[in-house]
Amino acid sequence: MSRVIVITSGKGGVGKTTITANLGTAVAQLGKKVCLIDADFGLRNLDLLLGLEQRVVYTIIDALSGECTLEKAIVKDKRTPGLHLLPAAQNRTKDAITPEQMKEVIEQLSPNFDYIFVDCPAGIEMGFRNAIVAAQEALIVTTPEVAAVRDADRVVGLLESENMKSIRLIVNRLRPEMVQMDEMISVEDIMDLLVIPLIGIVPDDKRIITSSNRGEPLVLSEEESLPGMAIKNIAQRLDGVEVPYLDLMASQDTLFTRIRRFFGFSGK
Amino acid sequence: MFKDIIGTINSWTGAKKSRYRAKNRLQLVLAHDRAGVNPELIQKMRQEIIEVVSRYLDIDVEEMEFSIQSNDRITSLSANLPIKKIKRGNTKET
Ligand SMILES: Nc1ncnc2c1ncn2[C@@H]1O[C@H](COP(=O)(O)OP(=O)(O)O)[C@@H](O)[C@H]1O
Ligand SMILES: [Mg+2]
Repeated sequence: MSRVIVITSGKGGVGKTTITANLGTAVAQLGKKVCLIDADFGLRNLDLLLGLEQRVVYTIIDALSGECTLEKAIVKDKRTPGLHLLPAAQNRTKDAITPEQMKEVIEQLSPNFDYIFVDCPAGIEMGFRNAIVAAQEALIVTTPEVAAVRDADRVVGLLESENMKSIRLIVNRLRPEMVQMDEMISVEDIMDLLVIPLIGIVPDDKRIITSSNRGEPLVLSEEESLPGMAIKNIAQRLDGVEVPYLDLMASQDTLFTRIRRFFGFSGK
Repeated sequence: MFKDIIGTINSWTGAKKSRYRAKNRLQLVLAHDRAGVNPELIQKMRQEIIEVVSRYLDIDVEEMEFSIQSNDRITSLSANLPIKKIKRGNTKET
């Protein structure tokens, strides 16, 4: 049986798909069997970020309509052993599938995978219902911006009323230098506001964009990067390993902050 | 904790740092969202509360503050009604 984890946010453009692609890859790198489900019907993107767009033949809709078997619709990522993608349909609307159908699909997949990640569309309508229906766990992605945090809170409220077993927070696109200047809300601020436990912090980094240009998740790169490490750490934490949080300021340390740290002002 | 206090003080003094403005505004808007109350309802409640309290106390309407706040997902209404003077006239003239 697999753990079914939905990646959701309320607001669009905060990094759900980026994090699904990278986190899924990172969990597969831990030796797990992973299936990523693109639940963003009509706005399918997960295949693109994984660099699998040329290999999509069938979609979840074809499997549901009996056009092909579920196994056939699943694309295997050859670069990352254990990683699989079930693509969304691009030419259908979000209501092309019901929550019951989604549940059925996930129940069928469940015995074959350790982890199933569901990339949720923006909003709180039918597409959202489909994405959360079979999940036992939710990862809430937000950025340190007022609109994203507000929408995240809405989603947390909805998930709580659906009795989601575990709800954890990923803060994406953090800019530590802005937080240090008190021009951006901090991770602590967001935790105060949303009152859900944290599982990861991903810094804002242009390498996220260049890696999506290439269709190669950043965690695949040989070269270490803070966002890559941050996502690998989330994978470990998901899998039950306690990993300390990265010092995101390290890369832009100034003499001043180093002196402050030396004298014990950790900025906390 | 300490930073939180500073944050509150900063917001009182109307400091320009946008982080504290963001956090404060979010605290308010989330409390409203969670309570599911609409602004008109708050407005009406506010008027009625002022009406009742004014019968007994002379309150400074300019300075008063109503807010719905949320802490650890518990939501509460707090009203800050500065008193100009206690009305004695209603009970007995001295
Ligand atoms: N940590 C990050 N640093 C820089 N850019 C990012 C980061 N996370 C996401 N992005 C960018 O933000 C945009 C939206 O990301 P996406 O994953 O499509 O969001 P969503 O799925 O929530 O709509 C993309 O252009 C992506 O490259
Ligand atoms: Mg997306």
